[in-house]
Amino acid sequence: MSSEHTAQIHHSEGNHWNGASEPFKASYGKLMMWYFLLSDAFTFSAFLIAYGTLRFSMPTWPVPDFVFSGLPGGIHHKPLIFVTIMTFVLIASSVTMVRAVQEGHRENKKGVVFWMVLTILGGLGFLGCQAWEWTTLIGEEKMSITRNPFGTHTENGTYLDGDGHDIKAGDSFKAGQSYLIHYHDGQFHPLKFKTESGDVKTQQMGPKSFGALFFFITGFHGFHVFSGVLFLIIIALNVASGLYARRNNHYEMVEKIGLYWHFVDLVWVFVFLVFYLL
Amino acid sequence: MSSVHHQEQDQLIEKYGYDDHFHEHHEGDKFQFNFLTKYIFSMDHKIIARQFLFTGIFWAIIGSAMSIIFRLQLGFPDASIAWLKPLLGKWIVLNDAGVGTLEPEFYYALVTMHGTIIVFFVLTAGLSGTFSNFLIPLQIGARDMASPFLNMLSYWFFFLSSVVMFYSLFLSTGPFSGGWTAYPPLSALPQASIGSGAGMTLWLVSLALFVVSVLLGGMNYITTVLNLRTKGMSLWRMPLTIWAFLVTAIIGLLSFPVLFSGFLLLIFDRSMGTSFYLSDIFVNGMALDRIGGSPILYQHIFWFLGHPEVYIIILPAMGIVSEVLSVHARKPIFGYRAMVYSILAIAFLSFIVWAHHMFMSGVNPFLSNFFVVFTLIIAVPSAVKVFNWISTLYGGNIRLNTPMLFCIGFISMFISGGLTGIFLGNSAIDIQQHDTYFVVAHFHIVMGVAAFFGMFAGVYNWFPKMFGRYMNDTLGKIHFWVTLIGAYAIFGPMHFLGMAGVPRRYYLFDKFDAFSGFDTMNKFITIAAIISFFAQIVFVINFFWSMYKGKRVTSQNPYGSNSLEWTTPIDAGHGNWPGKIPTVQRWSYDYGKDGIEFTQQHVPLREGETPSDH
Repeated sequence: MSSEHTAQIHHSEGNHWNGASEPFKASYGKLMMWYFLLSDAFTFSAFLIAYGTLRFSMPTWPVPDFVFSGLPGGIHHKPLIFVTIMTFVLIASSVTMVRAVQEGHRENKKGVVFWMVLTILGGLGFLGCQAWEWTTLIGEEKMSITRNPFGTHTENGTYLDGDGHDIKAGDSFKAGQSYLIHYHDGQFHPLKFKTESGDVKTQQMGPKSFGALFFFITGFHGFHVFSGVLFLIIIALNVASGLYARRNNHYEMVEKIGLYWHFVDLVWVFVFLVFYLL
Repeated sequence: MSSVHHQEQDQLIEKYGYDDHFHEHHEGDKFQFNFLTKYIFSMDHKIIARQFLFTGIFWAIIGSAMSIIFRLQLGFPDASIAWLKPLLGKWIVLNDAGVGTLEPEFYYALVTMHGTIIVFFVLTAGLSGTFSNFLIPLQIGARDMASPFLNMLSYWFFFLSSVVMFYSLFLSTGPFSGGWTAYPPLSALPQASIGSGAGMTLWLVSLALFVVSVLLGGMNYITTVLNLRTKGMSLWRMPLTIWAFLVTAIIGLLSFPVLFSGFLLLIFDRSMGTSFYLSDIFVNGMALDRIGGSPILYQHIFWFLGHPEVYIIILPAMGIVSEVLSVHARKPIFGYRAMVYSILAIAFLSFIVWAHHMFMSGVNPFLSNFFVVFTLIIAVPSAVKVFNWISTLYGGNIRLNTPMLFCIGFISMFISGGLTGIFLGNSAIDIQQHDTYFVVAHFHIVMGVAAFFGMFAGVYNWFPKMFGRYMNDTLGKIHFWVTLIGAYAIFGPMHFLGMAGVPRRYYLFDKFDAFSGFDTMNKFITIAAIISFFAQIVFVINFFWSMYKGKRVTSQNPYGSNSLEWTTPIDAGHGNWPGKIPTVQRWSYDYGKDGIEFTQQHVPLREGETPSDH
């Protein structure tokens, strides 16, 4: 279909806004990708605004350094190390995507395929990391979209019993520290503690919306990555078959999926910011 | 005019147009080799426009028929409507004496569906979908949309969305009944009312598909206007229709995704047990385990679309009115640049006024001040447009044909409805008027009836281009006058109801002494609504009769209009122009310039002529 329209366009001299020209020097397909990304940015913005609204209406919110501190192989208390690796993999896949686009401009088919395969691997790596993180949160820590065992203390105090993991009876804690209510033998086991004012209390589950927002927003982003990987695979196969070389437009399709890929990375930066850093 | 004129036009295109070798490539025929690809899964923007129009007419009939049924309830609550039982079945309950009454649940469903259908399916898809598709390529001098394939998908997503919504009307629990804005908790808890169950699920599915359709259409419209204008068609030479469609598409592209987000969160609340919008809910005295959410959050997200949506509805109508008004007043549009800037200003402001729908929802009064100010500022660009339309008419050589009458009717409606908007935009006055018939009267006049008038003006005006025949002008005038008088008779009295505090959406007022004095007024409104409804039937009959039996169009440019769609053959095929594409030499509003009645856009400047470019 593209030939039908590129045929109409012969670059008129002078002002590009006077018709029969592409004012942004971008073909219709690339423009439409930009507009799609613009609308998608609004979709994500709405989610992040919903996140902010709900989070700041809560008296407490789980501390990310506490919640996201595990690593595969049973390693604990390494705040944000895993998500750093995950983010690095995704950002690196943006770099390889840039290289694929560059090789496309050079009309180097093999180069395009090579760098696209690396990009696909990066995307799959990120999805794998996310799968591990979700599995741990859901399977071991028993967080779900309707339940959140990560609570936060609002007062200083001392534990009256231990959880068999990190906390022993007599340990003291400060207001603002988060805790995980452990789940075993088919139920949650909240600990008792004594506050500085002398009240004896039990750990409470954390705000439900933490779990709901986390799985919803990272899931929506993960779905974008997943679709991106599918499109990358299809386009990489097309590149390998020589389809785009015959179109003779500097592998524009690779550039378009590249725009999408960078956008998905950019969105992750914001998701990362609100869930893991703030 | 007629055939001599024909040939001159074609010669001009042959001489100054440019050859894109469109027909040599047989591109014109590639996509339409049989009935299915030519008329059903068509990628020709002119066919897709007609598909949108037919679907829109279908929904308009259903949506307005619904309003007649609930008006019968409001006007004649004691009368038997047993005669509707064959149509509505169990929603009409017969007592021992055989007197049929409407089920209250179904009354709410009717009100909800009336709003949803008219706002989304008729005035968004039916209006913008029809005319953006039809006029953008024709008026900017393009063979088709940037992506005919996505354009086809846009219609079929709309079709799918229509099928789902239509199906929901026949559910045993009825369609969704919680109001077209679908506020939680009514919309979020399936147990909240019978319509909140399967009806609401289908409502959400349908509107999610609808958003996809709008986004696919919008991306295409924007890209087409930016990239596919013919040579010489600078932005400042475009007809105002195109400006309006462009800005409408931009608004849609930025606001519908937010609605989509809101709906996704709502779907999770309904089906997955999350509590994004729910907190402190009691059902039958029991507290639900749904805490931590915020129903106000939904309202913010909804109205971030909801307010721009009213401009998505009214801007295409404004564009059509500006164009048709100028053509039939035989005068250039007054203040072309001001018209464009006011469209842009309205579009910008439309994004920062949404909370004026929420003054009574418990938002911070300090926040309300901000929204009051920007809401009232919208009156400025709106007034610019109104004064420019009136100035365009002033001293014009006016042809009072049906499209022109509807344009004038549009201006009248827009002024009447706009003035009451100034009342409602003030948060202090809104405390009294909120959720009363005053609001109903306001928005029906300013964006309901006005947008319909714009749509009618467009249909009557471009019918010859769509079908090669004219609509009957006498029937058109009957349609106009009955509708104009009928609309004022319906919505005029509602202002008084609203000022007396009569709340909207109520099924019956017999429990309230304060509202018992309005029986006669409600009867009057209902009768006016029934008469207006029959005037619309006249339009539908005229439309379909004229498609086959109307007077044939014999000249290429029957109105003496300047824009490029009238340089195509009467029955333009795929690709719009049989040979070269015309190039544009001038502004589209050269009416009465240098004593010449009209000069089409592809006609080169005469010797010594100063271009009237803006």
